[in-house]
Amino acid sequence: MFFNFMDELRAAGINASLKEHLVLLEALDKEVIRRSPEEFYYLSRATVVKDEGLLDRFDQVFSKVFKGIETSYGTEEEEIPLEWLKAVAEKYLSEEEMAEIEKLGTWEELMDTLKERLEEQEKRHEGGNKWIGTGGTSPYGNSGYNPEGVRIGGEGGQKKAVKVWDKREFANLDNTKMLGTRNIKVALRRLRKFAREGAQDELDIRSTIDGTAKKGWLDIHMRAERHNAVKLLLFLDVGGSMDPFIKLCEELFSAATSEFKNLEFFYFHNCPYEGVWKDNRRRFSERTQMWDILHKYGHDYKLIFVGDASMSPYEITHPGGSVEHFNEEAGVTWMQRLTNTYPAAAWLNPVPEKQWGYSQSVKIIRELMNDRMYGLTLEGLSDAMKELTRKQG
Amino acid sequence: MRFDGTDDYVATDDLKVAVNAAVTLRRPLLVKGEPGTGKTVLAHEIAKATGAPLIEWNVKSTTKAHQGLYEYDAVARLRDGQLGDERVHDISNYIRKGKLWEAFTSPELPVLLIDEIDKADIEFPNDLLQELDRMEFHVYETKETVKAAERPIVVITSNNEKELPDAFLRRCFFHYIKFPDRETMQEIINVHFPDIQGVLVKKAMDIFYDVRDVPGLKKKPSTSELLDWLKLLLSEDMPLDVLQSKDPSKAIPPLHGALLKNEQDVMLFERLAFMAKREAR
Repeated sequence: MFFNFMDELRAAGINASLKEHLVLLEALDKEVIRRSPEEFYYLSRATVVKDEGLLDRFDQVFSKVFKGIETSYGTEEEEIPLEWLKAVAEKYLSEEEMAEIEKLGTWEELMDTLKERLEEQEKRHEGGNKWIGTGGTSPYGNSGYNPEGVRIGGEGGQKKAVKVWDKREFANLDNTKMLGTRNIKVALRRLRKFAREGAQDELDIRSTIDGTAKKGWLDIHMRAERHNAVKLLLFLDVGGSMDPFIKLCEELFSAATSEFKNLEFFYFHNCPYEGVWKDNRRRFSERTQMWDILHKYGHDYKLIFVGDASMSPYEITHPGGSVEHFNEEAGVTWMQRLTNTYPAAAWLNPVPEKQWGYSQSVKIIRELMNDRMYGLTLEGLSDAMKELTRKQG
Repeated sequence: MRFDGTDDYVATDDLKVAVNAAVTLRRPLLVKGEPGTGKTVLAHEIAKATGAPLIEWNVKSTTKAHQGLYEYDAVARLRDGQLGDERVHDISNYIRKGKLWEAFTSPELPVLLIDEIDKADIEFPNDLLQELDRMEFHVYETKETVKAAERPIVVITSNNEKELPDAFLRRCFFHYIKFPDRETMQEIINVHFPDIQGVLVKKAMDIFYDVRDVPGLKKKPSTSELLDWLKLLLSEDMPLDVLQSKDPSKAIPPLHGALLKNEQDVMLFERLAFMAKREAR
């Protein structure tokens, strides 16, 4: 039973295992649901999908696998009421047209023709030719069906039920992007995992008491300090030379936001100066002062820059060197302030490592970062995370 | 035993199927969804509908899996030992039952709610795998095995702060409470405020869905916020025309405190109002 369904699900990246298959069969066996396609759809969805991001994909697979099985369901031939046809004809046919049509024959014949047309329209509509509205709304709706210049519209009532899975209500939750970010997430997870480790320098009162009570002598237990969660400050370079790397940055960003609770991100252009921003559309109107950031976020935040560090060296070394505005203090000063405030820092560079040597500015930034520049590759990311979790002396 | 929603709770068809599957097969039901869409309330309503007692286990960041099973109070035993209390000879006097134990041995079939499982440590769900799968666990101190005579109905809620392990997910039915559409929302409001004016609801819902559509909100208002807001509007006897006013300078809905929960969102709104005013000029 349903082997095909399960295969299709797995092919679509929904991890349905034997376990889910058996549960589904068990539920059917115990008659959890009434025998209707909708309920079966709900049941299989509850059984197989365990992540709301996959719901949309499930809907697609379901509709693919079970297409045609429920043809007689919910698509019963709808009788077209005669009064309605009359209303339509009267409303939308001009005098001449009426006269022309009358030449065709009797009113009854005319109605038959009109009915045929409407049915034909519905058939074509089923075939995917969207003559009216979108995705399966009523053929009596008020969208434009225009046979030979006759527009039929108006409120028809009789809304046809759309199959629930074809509605695909979860479309905007699909996390296909996440598939690309899985590896990045695993790399980032390193940071979180390591944050829980460290020297055993805290007295574990509970196990000390437990141990003492059990053994009868003072039994001291120590444990590592439990860090709440890693805090991250993420600075992303946008615009200009970063454009080719947008997808990569998006992936990193998407992975990072889902991995870390305490994540603050800001954008900058080429080199961080006195102001950064959170919304690219309002980059000139809404800037966050760098001083505010330095004061607001504690030393325990870990600092990550993402940027290609490719610019004119003056943009880093000289006041007023910025291409966008007049900066009173040089980028160097700001970089130093940042790295002094946040001892754990790393620069991720999407440009392949081989090319770093050709750019003067990359060299400068690399020096400013104390060589903590890593490629935006899995390996580089993993090295960067290692560096960030290193005990800061 | 079929769950069809209750007088106070509007359940969509898919939710009903998921609940019934979980109840019939006695497998945990994992419920996710935006905060305020009625995840926790669901367990209360299942308990009400089935007439079962509800046992709540609220998980916090410091909660450990074994606390749900039992805790051995070594300190009390140490103290009693020093005082020469007779109870000290029986270790079972110092075993404190956890919520799972309670649920397994409850005389009536209970509904066990494990609320916000994602708050706890990442390993927490893994530590409960065996217990939830076989509905039994072993108490090492007394060498007894606690086993559920009948598998309790388990409802687990998650706010998606942490990903749950695959092995854990495999054992659950899953339901994502999606944000209710207007029709469902209307039903929910009717259930909660049977005598509310239709016009007021319509206006309020217009504003509410508009607010939800504003891009960049940190926390979108959800069902529970709408209900609170309506309650406020009713208790303040807000005149209808305040809601109806199309005056752009009043783009911030009245009593917005119930809908917008942080200052950035309120700021965002004020700015939008300001921009609207400037455009109107």
